[in-house]
Amino acid sequence: MSNLNKIRREKYEVRKRNFKQFIKTFFNNKIGTLGFIMLMFFVVVAYVGPNFYHYSPVEVSKGALLAPPTEGFIFGTDHLGRDIFGAIIYGTKTSLIVGFSGALISIFIGSTIGLSAGFVGGGLDNVLMRITDGMMVLPKLALIMVVSAVLGTNIRNIILVIGLTGWTGTARLVRAQALSLRERPYIERARSIGASKFYIVYKHILPNVFPVIFAQTILATSSAILSETSLSFLGLGDPLSVSWGQVLNGAFVNGAVSVGAWWYFVPAGAAIVLMVLSFTFIGYSFDEILNPKLRGR
Amino acid sequence: MSNNIVEAKNLKVYFKIRQGLIKDIFSKKERYVKAVDGIDLGIKKGEIVSLVGESGSGKTTTGRAILNLVHHEGLLKFDDEIYDLKNRKWLSSFRKRAQMIFQDPYQSLNPKYMIIDAVSEPLRMIEKNLSESEIKERTIQALEFAGLKPGEDYLYRYPHELSGGQRQRVAIATVFVVSPNFIVADEPVSMLDASIRADIVNLMYEMKEQKGTSYLFITHDLSLAWLISDRIAIMYLGKIVEIGPSEIISGNCRHPYTQALVSVLANVDVDNKRQKIVLKGETPSPTNIPTGCRFHPRCPIAKDKCTKEEPQLTEIEKNQFVACHYPEVILRFVDEKK
Repeated sequence: MSNLNKIRREKYEVRKRNFKQFIKTFFNNKIGTLGFIMLMFFVVVAYVGPNFYHYSPVEVSKGALLAPPTEGFIFGTDHLGRDIFGAIIYGTKTSLIVGFSGALISIFIGSTIGLSAGFVGGGLDNVLMRITDGMMVLPKLALIMVVSAVLGTNIRNIILVIGLTGWTGTARLVRAQALSLRERPYIERARSIGASKFYIVYKHILPNVFPVIFAQTILATSSAILSETSLSFLGLGDPLSVSWGQVLNGAFVNGAVSVGAWWYFVPAGAAIVLMVLSFTFIGYSFDEILNPKLRGR
Repeated sequence: MSNNIVEAKNLKVYFKIRQGLIKDIFSKKERYVKAVDGIDLGIKKGEIVSLVGESGSGKTTTGRAILNLVHHEGLLKFDDEIYDLKNRKWLSSFRKRAQMIFQDPYQSLNPKYMIIDAVSEPLRMIEKNLSESEIKERTIQALEFAGLKPGEDYLYRYPHELSGGQRQRVAIATVFVVSPNFIVADEPVSMLDASIRADIVNLMYEMKEQKGTSYLFITHDLSLAWLISDRIAIMYLGKIVEIGPSEIISGNCRHPYTQALVSVLANVDVDNKRQKIVLKGETPSPTNIPTGCRFHPRCPIAKDKCTKEEPQLTEIEKNQFVACHYPEVILRFVDEKK
């Protein structure tokens, strides 16, 4: 019994060492570190900010209508006199939740389909890939709009719709990886000792595809955030939740652009760009670590 | 009751060629790559049989078919039991007894697996009900047998931390850990440095001496085959053209293809220069095998009969089988010095 624990502990030590090594490599990468710091900033704002700053979109506001930044309202007010700074802070959480959940759903579907198509091959591969192609040629935003209009607009549906439409790229990528891994001799070795298909996929192929899936998750998160923003901007977002897309929608609908109320849309736009950028930076640096050919030139 | 560990009768492995969707559906003629086209082979207990041939001659496919890794036709027997592929119990006992060593040590180990996981995987898979400490003990034993001493030091390393020779030793340990009776070694040393080759070959030899393991040793290196094996089988385009004890194959071979192979072996004896027999042309594609004797387009002694009739393996001397219509013809090794 103690022996078993010893083996586990020794394995754990080696894994810990390797993980530390990976973290070190990651933080040696300037772009990755910058992206990570930006993301952490957003996470802190989303989860700590609301404790210190009170804001409610449905409360009667004390501010002037569409007023530029002043001491009380550092990002100014909107057309109903509501605080824009508060909306930005409260909207951060929405973006993060939609981004991560949407990405997780799409990655889960994408990798399941990719793995089964790539490893099992044959007819199943054909069927799954034709479905993927079909999904790919559909204009994604239009599809998201139609489905969310039908399902009704609330945050849960938006996450679902984003997840159900965004998996195609992942499926293709994972399939390609699985196809190349399938022919490796160690897979054949596993077959020669009688491993089942499920065992091979789970124990041999998945660990080798995982880095790719991980990097893809990060990139999918930023695309999910953008999808949510587009939906909200077009007025198909959840009207009961605060999000950056909602702010942009309000600015657009109420003519903030034409009256020159820049404080209405610039902060929300900048926040979206920065958050997407932070994910792109992290994803980019993961790509560089996992794909040494891109490194150091 | 024979004392063969493996017996193959008329073993065939055909791969269907996909010709595109339309042709696949409408064309009645199906085309195949005849990788292995009817092989008879018996391997005795404790014997090393080498399978020699150029690339594309089907030697690896033969090994894979014997281990049931590709779909095959024909009769296969292991330990006098006909392959019972639907019987899980038989399959699992077969897998315990027959294993494979792969060519490329950089590819045959999963890069995400620590050595302890890689070596113990067959144990967990095949011999269930082993305790963790037993597994660890046997893993260390196998590593040390394979020449990685002390085995403890290698347990928690990853393949990329090891050299090519060490990796091949790990790969061999993954096979030895279940002590199989029969091993297919698919060019196990062709990717290694000359200095490590001898060690690895000795290791396999030691296994044979200690445990009576039989080998099917697949190689394209005739001199290596001659060195280690009891019998050599020469393959050409999916068929065995000559099989016999190693010393006969090197000294008194009869098939023109074997004679050509032997003639181009490097010769240490500088004074004894032999003329090399250089075959004309290239190996035909296994999709389109010549009629009659499949060697006739390149054979220096081909006659009319060779283009029509396919020669069968016949015993011309004790234990020496040749598939040639004219096995009595000895190609001249002309002495250049005269």
